[in-house]
Amino acid sequence: MAISSVWVYAEVVSGAPTSGTLELLTKARSLGGSVAAFVPGDVAGAAAALGAYGAAKVFATGDLGGKLPGPAVSAAMKAVIDGGESPDLIMFPTTYGARDAMSRLSVKLDRTVLTNNVEVAVDGDAVTVTTPIFGGNTLVTTKFSGAGPYLASFRPKSFAAEEGGAAAGEVVAAAVPDTGATGTAVVTAVHVEESSGPKLDEADVVVSGGRGLGEAAKFEMVEQLAKLLKGAPGASRAIVDAGWVPYSYQVGQTGKVVKPTVYIAAGISGATQHMVGMKGSKNIIAINKDKEAPIFSIADLGIVGDVHKVLPKLIEALQGR
Amino acid sequence: MLAGMNVVVCVKQIPDPAQPGALDPSTNTLKRDGKLILDESDSYGVEMALQLVDAAGGGEVSLVSMAPNAEMSGLRTALAMGAAKGVLVSDPSLQGADALTTAKVLAKAVERTGSFDLVIAATESTDGYTGTVPEQLAELLGLPSVTFAKKVTAAGGSLQVERQTEDGYDEVTCPLPAVVSVTAGVVEPRYPSFKGIMAAKSKPVDTVTAADLGVAGTSWEQQIVSVTAAEARAAGEVVEDDGEGFAKVVAYLENLKVI
Repeated sequence: MAISSVWVYAEVVSGAPTSGTLELLTKARSLGGSVAAFVPGDVAGAAAALGAYGAAKVFATGDLGGKLPGPAVSAAMKAVIDGGESPDLIMFPTTYGARDAMSRLSVKLDRTVLTNNVEVAVDGDAVTVTTPIFGGNTLVTTKFSGAGPYLASFRPKSFAAEEGGAAAGEVVAAAVPDTGATGTAVVTAVHVEESSGPKLDEADVVVSGGRGLGEAAKFEMVEQLAKLLKGAPGASRAIVDAGWVPYSYQVGQTGKVVKPTVYIAAGISGATQHMVGMKGSKNIIAINKDKEAPIFSIADLGIVGDVHKVLPKLIEALQGR
Repeated sequence: MLAGMNVVVCVKQIPDPAQPGALDPSTNTLKRDGKLILDESDSYGVEMALQLVDAAGGGEVSLVSMAPNAEMSGLRTALAMGAAKGVLVSDPSLQGADALTTAKVLAKAVERTGSFDLVIAATESTDGYTGTVPEQLAELLGLPSVTFAKKVTAAGGSLQVERQTEDGYDEVTCPLPAVVSVTAGVVEPRYPSFKGIMAAKSKPVDTVTAADLGVAGTSWEQQIVSVTAAEARAAGEVVEDDGEGFAKVVAYLENLKVI
C-alpha cells in the first residue's frame, strides 16, 4: 500500500500562495496520494491557485486574529486528524510559523519530526527524506518508522513549482479549538522592513557582504553594486548579528536560500552556515583577501584581494557603462 | 507583581564547530566523543537570562542540559557567566535522540529546577539544527511561546518581544510563564570573570538519567538509511588582485550577459 494522503502547510500572503507553498504542492502531487493544502489563516481567494498546483482540498483555519500560528494551527490540524481525516505525511515549509506549528503538532501527536530536508521519496509504505549536513557536502536519508502522520519540513527551492492540478480546491473550514494557556501570546504590531529593487530570494543577481567589509558604513558599496547589476543586496550572518544590516538580508542556513544566476560574495569567508544558503547559485564570484577562505573552494571566479580596493573599481567600471 | 524572576536556560554542549564534523559510522549519529563546549548560540540565552533576573531585582538562572558521559565543561562556562545551578541529563540510552525525545527530557529537567517564570533556548543548535525543541518544550510544559526573539523585556508578569519574521519583525506580548527562543546577537554575552570561573567549580550540578526524570521509552521513530557524499561543486579560477581584479569580474559578467 502506498501513501494515500499528503497535506501541505500552505501559507497565503496578500491573497496568493507563497512560492514555498507552491513548491511543496508540486512535489506532493508526485507522491501518489491525494493532496490537501492546510492554510494557517484566511484562504483569501487563493483556493484557485492552490488547486492549480495540486490541492484537491483546502483546509483553512480562518483569520488567526493576531494569535501566533504555532499553538493555533497545530490545534486545528489535530482536530481534523482526530475527526478521522488523517494524512500519511504533512509537508511544512521552513518558515517561522510553519516550524512552530510542526513542533507543537509533533507533541500533540507524539510523532517525530525531520527538518531541513531537500528531498522526499515514497517507496511502498516507506517514506524517506533527505537532508544535507556539514554545509551540504554529505546527504543523510532518513526513513520514518512507526505510524503516521509523518512530519517533515523542507528548505526553500528544494523543488521547482509547476502547475498541473485541477480545478479550485474544495475549501473546508478547520476551526481553531481552545488553546488555553499555550495560545496566549499575541502579535500587537507588525513591522515590514521595506527594500527597493528585487526581492533577495527572487533576484537574478545577489551581491552579499560580510565581515571583510570592516564596518557597517561600507555595506553601502554592496548596495551600490547590487543596484548597478539590478540585483538584491544580501549579508552573512556575522554582519547581521553585529547589527550592520537587518535580518531580512541574511543568506544562509538560518536566513534566506538563494539560487541566482550570479552570486557575488564580498568579504565573506564562507562559513558552512552561509554556504548552505547560496551554493546552489549558477555562478559564484568571490572577493576576499584571505586566499585560504573556504568560499574560494566553490567560486567560479575568485579574486584574492581587498574588497575596499576591488569594489570601488568595479562600481566605477560599471557606472561608466 | 513578581518578586524577582527565575529563568531556566536550555544549553547544549557540542563538539567544537571549528573542527570538521563527522558521523559515527556504526550509528550514523554525530560524533560527540571529544571535548564538548558551550554552543555559542546558547551564550546569548544565558546572557539574556542574567539580564532579566538582574532587571527583576532577584531570582536566579538555572541551566538544563543533556549530554553523554556526564560532560560538564560547557555547563561550567555558563555557570561561570553567572548561572546559579544546573541539571545535567546524562544517559547512554539518549544517544542520537530525536528532537521530540530531547524536548521530553528537557521538559522534565526544567521542572526539576523548581518554580520558574521563563524558559530560554536558542533558536536551534549549531551542530544538529533541527530547530523544533523550544516550541516542543513549550507544548510539553503547556506554556505559550515566542520563537526567534530578537529583543525581550519583562514587565508586570508578561514579556514584550520583537520576533523575527520573513520580512521584518512582529511585536508580541506573551504572559509568563513562557518559553522563548532567542536569536544570536540578541545581547552581547559577557566573558566569564576569573572570580566567576572559580565560583563555577563549586556550583551545584544535579546529574540525572532519563529514568530519574521518569521519561520512559527512549526510542524514536526515525531511522537513517543512507549517508552519501553530495555532488561537489568544483572550484573555478582564482586570481590574485593586482589592481586589475575588477576587470576580471566585469569580463565574467559580460560573458554571462548580465551586463
